[in-house]
Amino acid sequence: MKMTGSQIIMEILLEQGVDTVFGYPGGAALNIYDTLYQYSDRIRHVLTAHEQGAAHAADGYARATGKTGVVFATSGPGATNLVTGIATAFMDSIPMVAITSNVANSLIGRDAFQEVYITGITMPITKHNFFVNKVEDLAHAVREAFRIAATGRKGPVLVDVTKDVSAALCEFEPKEAEHQVKMPTASDEEIQKIADMINQAERPAIYCGGGVPASDAGHELQELIHKADIPIAYTMMAVGIVGYNDTHSLGMIGMHGSVAANKAVDQADLVLALGTRFSDRVALNTEKFAQRATKVQVDIDESEINKNVIVDMSVLSDVKYFLEKLLPLVEEKKRTAWLEQVAEWRNASIAAQCPAAKMHPRDIIGAVCDMTDKETIYVTDVGQHQMWAAQFIKHRNTKVFLTSGGLGTMGFGYGAAIGAQVGCPDKRVIHFTGDASFHMNLNEACTAVSEELPIITVIMNNHVLGMVYQWQSSFYDRRYSATVPNRKTDFVKLAEGFGAKSFRAETPEEFKEAFAAALQEKGPVWIECIIDQEEKVLPMIPNGGTVEDIILN
Amino acid sequence: MTEIKVNKDAPRQVVRMLVDNQPNVLARISSLFGRRNFNISTITASETHISGLTRITVVTGENDENVLHQIIAQTEKLEVVREIYLLDMKNSVYRELLLVKIRTDKNERSALHEIVDIYRGKIIDLSKNSMIVELTGSPEKLDGFMNMVSCYDIIEVCRTGITGIERGLAE
Repeated sequence: MKMTGSQIIMEILLEQGVDTVFGYPGGAALNIYDTLYQYSDRIRHVLTAHEQGAAHAADGYARATGKTGVVFATSGPGATNLVTGIATAFMDSIPMVAITSNVANSLIGRDAFQEVYITGITMPITKHNFFVNKVEDLAHAVREAFRIAATGRKGPVLVDVTKDVSAALCEFEPKEAEHQVKMPTASDEEIQKIADMINQAERPAIYCGGGVPASDAGHELQELIHKADIPIAYTMMAVGIVGYNDTHSLGMIGMHGSVAANKAVDQADLVLALGTRFSDRVALNTEKFAQRATKVQVDIDESEINKNVIVDMSVLSDVKYFLEKLLPLVEEKKRTAWLEQVAEWRNASIAAQCPAAKMHPRDIIGAVCDMTDKETIYVTDVGQHQMWAAQFIKHRNTKVFLTSGGLGTMGFGYGAAIGAQVGCPDKRVIHFTGDASFHMNLNEACTAVSEELPIITVIMNNHVLGMVYQWQSSFYDRRYSATVPNRKTDFVKLAEGFGAKSFRAETPEEFKEAFAAALQEKGPVWIECIIDQEEKVLPMIPNGGTVEDIILN
Repeated sequence: MTEIKVNKDAPRQVVRMLVDNQPNVLARISSLFGRRNFNISTITASETHISGLTRITVVTGENDENVLHQIIAQTEKLEVVREIYLLDMKNSVYRELLLVKIRTDKNERSALHEIVDIYRGKIIDLSKNSMIVELTGSPEKLDGFMNMVSCYDIIEVCRTGITGIERGLAE
């Protein structure tokens, strides 16, 4: 059957089970958008205010649903505006397909209007990309993009299509979507060896990262820690992997992790690192990280083995497969002495939490968790509020905490929340942000209003660029360079201007009242919370430090 | 995990790969090396007897086992890379080509000719005041030759970088 390039794109989206795309049209994308109009009964297009918002939305959609997120953009600035969103997804291994339009093939390389070499620009931030200037190559490229994005360690793939290709006719053969997932798997010997190590260990600890939720291994992991009595520390990418109140949970590890998590990994005799990469925000001192332990790393990506921290044993495997096979080989055991020691650190961590200010972020986050159900999806931006959210959200479920971990993208939150709410219309989506992060992408309020998305945005307004301000306060002798912007933004009026609801809260009581009202709204709501600018994210281990250097207050 | 056998005494490590012959393939490899801060001493690329596949040979000054493992594992993740490994230097032959243009007058010509002969090079162009010498061999041989002619007036030097291949057939 003969079809245009644009039709081929739509047909392959349907073939891949895509029913939602995020994007922004433009000159080079006219053919694609014209065809989208004809497919609008089967493919929902969510128009954002800015392409960056669309990229973050596709990312948030993927994180919340587990499906591959899709974003469309036009050539030139449309494509470059995706870059931060693509890089964000790349760093956090989120499956995404970006389809950009480019100028007609006859104009390529001539600095045509809105021409940019987007495949060159995105080479280091995609798993792979395609430049399609022949319509015959299009179907293969788009199918490959979906395959690559969702295979192995997931990530973004970009397909750049010239304008003439989107109009050109070509024979098209429908195909079933490939659902091959050939993952590397640990050998029986390797698994037995690790089981033996666990059975013999006196003070084992698990340190897990984004690979665990990515392979949907939360259930197996919980079984393991309870069966073998192993405490577990998680990175920010795995927040929610274990219940907040689980006695085996040590909390988050790393720079702003808990005393218990950092202490336990430091003192353990065996550390099992699952789906994680010993990043510089976790292994702050690569020489001394888990220095007393035999370190075992299980990861799907060989290049993560020995990249940052040299381990004693490594296994290339999908984590879920590994845990399923490991479970029957691990002895049911009580490690009372070790768990008592861990409990002591846990209690010390909680006691070390500073006394409540008039309006402490912990109380705001606590109130939100108390007033929402366990399916609630929490999305953050980047900075102090993000760390508080990672520390204090009382998560009870995986895939509920969407945050820009690797790239640390301020402005990620609103777009990602939109994507999550579009993908999960029946779930409550809460967006935690700071005043500085929110200023970066709050323009997406118009999208939330147009699409009637009941996202509740909780703005922790301390009137400064909080995290940088905190570092300047601690390490730069309070020279607050460019972190006190003296902004006069009236968030309540601004929300009204967008057609959204808004509240302002200065006390926990006011906040609870506002939040209760927000829960009744059908569209987006902002709640501005005034917090103290001197409030710090603690504990903190400085760069290069160990748990011995932890700053508690 | 891929075992990397590094001969620490070798002055260089040679990474051989087979990649899809498509536009941008060299850019993808060099972009990766650039962003990961891996050193490239030389890089060569050419088509092979298999249609659609290109051979790329990268010589790197890195000889730390973990860095070399990173080079192999990161490069292997690129969609275009079909095969990649570290060349076992003891069991391989490797060559480089040198072209050098030297200013010569009639008094210097025969002495230079003698050096070129000793190194089994060829004079492939001769003019009244210059000659171009072609030489193939190991990089050490080429270095040795360059050292011998360094007292002459060197106008231009081109070296291709190493390419190499293992001896015999894999069992």
